[in-house]
Amino acid sequence: MKVTTVSQRIESEGAVMSNTSAVLDTPEQAFAGLETRDAHAWFGKHHALSSVSLRFPAKSVTGLIGPSGCGKSTYLRLLNRMHEFIPNSAMAGEVLLHGVDIYGESVDPAAIRLKIGMVFQKPNPFPAMTIRENVISGLKLAHIKIDNEDDLVEKCLNRAGLWKEVKDRLDASGGSLSGGQQQRLCIARSLAVEPEVLLMDEPCSALDPGSTLRIEETIKELAEKITVVIVTHNMQQASRVSDYCAFFLSDGGPGVLVEADQTRKMFTNPTDTRTADYVQGKFG
Amino acid sequence: MSDVTIPQPTRPWQRKRQDVVRSAVSIGAVGVLSLVIVLFTGFAGVDGWAVTVFLVSVLLIIVRGRKMSVKERGNAKVQLFITAAALLAFAPWISIFGSVLVKGIVGLKLNFVTSDMRTTVPDDELNLGGALHAMLGSLLMVVMATAITLPLGILSGVYLTEIKGRFTFLVRFVIQSMSGVPSIVAGLFVFTTYVSATHGPTAFGGSLALGILMLPTVARTSEEVLKLVPDDLRSASLALGARQWRTTLMVVLPTVRSGLITAAILGVARVIGETAPLLLTAGSNTAFWFNPLKGPIASLPIYVFGMLQIGTEYAVNRAWTGALVLMLTVFALFFTARKLGGKDKR
Amino acid sequence: MNIVAPIKREMHVVHSRGDKVFRGIVTAGALTSLVILGLIGSFLFARGAQVFSQYGLKFITGTNWSSSMEEGIPSEFGMGPMLVGTIVVSVIALLFAVPMSIAGALYIEFYATGRVRKIMSGLLDLAAAIPSIIFGLWGIQIFTNFGQRWASFLGNRLGFVPIFNTISDNYGRSPFVAGCVLAAMVVPITTSVAREVYSRTPRELIDTCYALGGSKWGAIKTVVLPFGKSGVVGGAMLGLGRALGETVAVYLVLNLNFRYTFRILESEGGNVASLIATRFGESSSEELTALVAAGFVLFLLTLSVNMVASAIVAKTTRS
Repeated sequence: MKVTTVSQRIESEGAVMSNTSAVLDTPEQAFAGLETRDAHAWFGKHHALSSVSLRFPAKSVTGLIGPSGCGKSTYLRLLNRMHEFIPNSAMAGEVLLHGVDIYGESVDPAAIRLKIGMVFQKPNPFPAMTIRENVISGLKLAHIKIDNEDDLVEKCLNRAGLWKEVKDRLDASGGSLSGGQQQRLCIARSLAVEPEVLLMDEPCSALDPGSTLRIEETIKELAEKITVVIVTHNMQQASRVSDYCAFFLSDGGPGVLVEADQTRKMFTNPTDTRTADYVQGKFG
Repeated sequence: MSDVTIPQPTRPWQRKRQDVVRSAVSIGAVGVLSLVIVLFTGFAGVDGWAVTVFLVSVLLIIVRGRKMSVKERGNAKVQLFITAAALLAFAPWISIFGSVLVKGIVGLKLNFVTSDMRTTVPDDELNLGGALHAMLGSLLMVVMATAITLPLGILSGVYLTEIKGRFTFLVRFVIQSMSGVPSIVAGLFVFTTYVSATHGPTAFGGSLALGILMLPTVARTSEEVLKLVPDDLRSASLALGARQWRTTLMVVLPTVRSGLITAAILGVARVIGETAPLLLTAGSNTAFWFNPLKGPIASLPIYVFGMLQIGTEYAVNRAWTGALVLMLTVFALFFTARKLGGKDKR
Repeated sequence: MNIVAPIKREMHVVHSRGDKVFRGIVTAGALTSLVILGLIGSFLFARGAQVFSQYGLKFITGTNWSSSMEEGIPSEFGMGPMLVGTIVVSVIALLFAVPMSIAGALYIEFYATGRVRKIMSGLLDLAAAIPSIIFGLWGIQIFTNFGQRWASFLGNRLGFVPIFNTISDNYGRSPFVAGCVLAAMVVPITTSVAREVYSRTPRELIDTCYALGGSKWGAIKTVVLPFGKSGVVGGAMLGLGRALGETVAVYLVLNLNFRYTFRILESEGGNVASLIATRFGESSSEELTALVAAGFVLFLLTLSVNMVASAIVAKTTRS
């Protein structure tokens, strides 16, 4: 799989760009169908994200890394149209799923969110529901009929790595689990609507190291079937879990995409000096 | 090529012009259809209109709904019901504000605030007589009630937060319980004890009844406001060598001064509109005197009540005007309290 | 080397003279409040006990309220109809008020935007400040027309239902209309409480509903309503407390009548507060004591409702 960066190409032709956009060139069959072209995001007048163009490889884990405040979470929320819930927010550019702009006129945002799911930083199972009800809540919300509820609950909890621990107490309250278990329940809940892409916004930052490792294992298993995009602060986690990485940076202005490449390469031999500085811990 | 052009921010999720136009057309259609139905079936009044508009809207959703998914249809129906119920909840107050304003302003001439009813009969025309006696009566009783309850209430609040003595639980419990006293019962208490013993309604009796209602409110609000003062402030003052009474008087109380004034204003706003207790303790009158022990005295709510009981056209007009003055007073008090409450934010 | 156990020293707070005076004044103030309010409570209790020991439980259940000035004929005091009337009118008020409040709170919090929301919020606060006499004035002068129309509609179409059955055709001064006016009084309180509770719903739970592909109503149904359940109940109880003690509005709208009746469209009824307001003037000392006892019963009712409400509200703010 050949991966190049635009800045690399242009540098070789003797010109220098101040703003870099990176493209993970992937052969078509390995393309997840999700890409952004020149994506920007604003909060009111504040330009938070500038010109991010990225194509996500299929059935793999892509980590979005970079210091805090450089737009990674904002970018993530552009991908499933959660950005628009913030008052006075705006965007520009295109976010394409299988070639169709998800911000297009006739597109139903709720339908997009069924295909592109999200797991949040703090585990948040619905407190008024049992474990079983939590898992199928997404289907109930979307008014999707369920053929075999028990099978579905078992399948999703299995994929999330939680089935063995809770199979005897599916009717217990969602809030009765430990933090790590709750987060896995949230993962199961997102999986129930069968998304193609799962977005994860620092899913382990509120958990202890033991739970974190277990969830990382789960993420790697999930990537065998779906595409995972994970925002993480933690470089070691990125190197453990992700196949590809995209490095975001802000110099006080809007966040930009500096470099995107295979994880191994990003950490051992990155192209941009800023990337090298970050992964070596010189800042961040 | 070193500059990258920044595109314009867009909001693709916002309702487009054509959606707004479509909604406007729908609303227009609902309006026209409702008008037709009302004319034909003779549904009367505002409520007839409201019901018709509602039913026509439901029809519209059912018709349009064939194009939408189950989820969207459910969402639209729910939105209609919630909007209708919310409007229904707000309708009475809008009606009250409107009618008090429209009906009350008719009688709001200068004489209303400058003369009393000593020489005028309620049935006289509106340029005779007034409600000055009632307004002064309310003022007198409220001032007296405040004079008694404000110090007591603040002292109770200070006791509960600064001193925390042996009686704390009892004081707090009694204050909490008595804030639920129905106003008529407070009036009855004053009636059976004070008023009967002294042969009759007086302004003082009225202020006692009002005070009973005000005291728990002032005490509780004072306590809450004082609790908000961080302990660090007290510790700092004590560490500087100040005694407790100095700390309280010169550090704690000034910090919450506007909060305490708000407590007083809210207490006043609550009792100034009370009718029932004054019915039993202060009675009614056509004139005003400053001696609080002399005899019955009018107040603004009693004035409204009395005029309403008489029921003739001009009397009812006076009642509306009295209501207008009362409402404006209460609103003025609330706005003042709101403004002062904001000042406490450091 | 021997280790000697430390000797504990007593620490006393010694108050200066100025402090002693200060503490004395403050305590005196607090105790005065305690005594005043406690006096009322105990007075009511004493009179109540006196009347109950004299008339027994019939005081609450009896239906006759007559004061007798003559020697041989005993007075009878039964506040039953008034107590039932209080509850009936308040329940009608709540039945209307609670759904409207929930809808109003949901609308302000989730459906209204920008300026509309600010205006509605302001109107809500102003409405909570309207004195009850103005509700009474509006009730009898303006609302009665509407209330009468609706009551006659109910009576004519649904007259077969026992509570909607009526003998006369005059619906104007009925518990139904009084209940509607009370509902308008209660709605500001319950809506404010409901709105406060709904605004504290954790944002992440609502976001999760959207992230799963739900609609606005889906999010409300799944997260907001369950979260706010107990808070709304607490607010409803606060409103109930207000409705139970309301005097003037009911007095103006209702024709006082001493009969047990559940026919809410009939022009008769009453509540304890208006009983007191009507009878205090010409009563003998005997009747006066009975009135105080009735007031005590009413006070107990509102007190228990308020206590339940505070407990519920405290529990929700703690969680």
